[in-house]
Amino acid sequence: MENFAPVTRSEDGQPVRYLIVDDSVFARKNLARMVETFGGQVVGEAGDGVSAIKEYARVTPDIVLMDITMPQMEGIEAAEKIVRDHPGARIVMVSSVGYQENIVAALQRGARHFVQKPVKAEVLYEVIKYVMRDDGVAARGAGAGG
Amino acid sequence: MRMDVIQPFINSADAVLAQGMGSPIAIENLSMEEGAYRRQGVAAEVCLTGEIEGRVIFDVDLGAAVQLASRLAGVEVSETDEEMVREAVCELANQIIGNAITTLNDQGFHFHVRPPTLHLSEQGSKSSEDTEALVMAFNTSSGNVFMNLALRHHCIGTEHVAVAG
Repeated sequence: MENFAPVTRSEDGQPVRYLIVDDSVFARKNLARMVETFGGQVVGEAGDGVSAIKEYARVTPDIVLMDITMPQMEGIEAAEKIVRDHPGARIVMVSSVGYQENIVAALQRGARHFVQKPVKAEVLYEVIKYVMRDDGVAARGAGAGG
Repeated sequence: MRMDVIQPFINSADAVLAQGMGSPIAIENLSMEEGAYRRQGVAAEVCLTGEIEGRVIFDVDLGAAVQLASRLAGVEVSETDEEMVREAVCELANQIIGNAITTLNDQGFHFHVRPPTLHLSEQGSKSSEDTEALVMAFNTSSGNVFMNLALRHHCIGTEHVAVAG
């Protein structure tokens, strides 16, 4: 995997904290590996939308990476509920199902961005920087592979 | 089976497999299956409902499944770690189907897909006349990946025509 300049929180210089939500343990592992190469810290994981809502309240992450198709409660509904309770939540949908109406539905319900699987690390890195914007800072010379 | 329905699955499988396996992929064989499905390796099944109905089975030779699991996990996975290997095949199925239905949905086909489930029995149900199965073998450096498609186009009203037009 490429090397990425660490993205940290601008307020305290600490690693960006992530909640990873996916019913596939492989997808969670893969995303965890990627965000760790961005200097991030995985503070929670969940395998469905219901658990994601509970985990969000427990760990209050900086960013949620959320799958869409999951058992019990799908990702878009979970995102909507999280954003309703925590308006500042930054949720990035990560799904293999990336058709237009799905993306629009996710954004309308409060998601900040969408990344299609299979996830490319350099794409996710740019999305993380974009979603953190003023609240995150990448080390000097930051950029994919930087 | 309509080619415009099948093609996105082929394109998606080719692209996702090449990235997932980290090596070039070749389509080795294509056939229509008349008898009941017989599992050959580690298999995952995805069911579709709506304008396109049926099921897709991904059946992966053990060697290829182990390589895939190792690539996805970022650590060496052994043949004995069955849970990891099965999870990897389900994730592969999820990604291929997801990319294919993205294309189909943007073309105006509307249907719902359920999360992949493991196909553990040695034999599956026989395909019927209107859900004949197309079987494709993708050759990878560590074994074959079979994609078994049994789908039919089930037109609901004029939705497809309206969207496509």
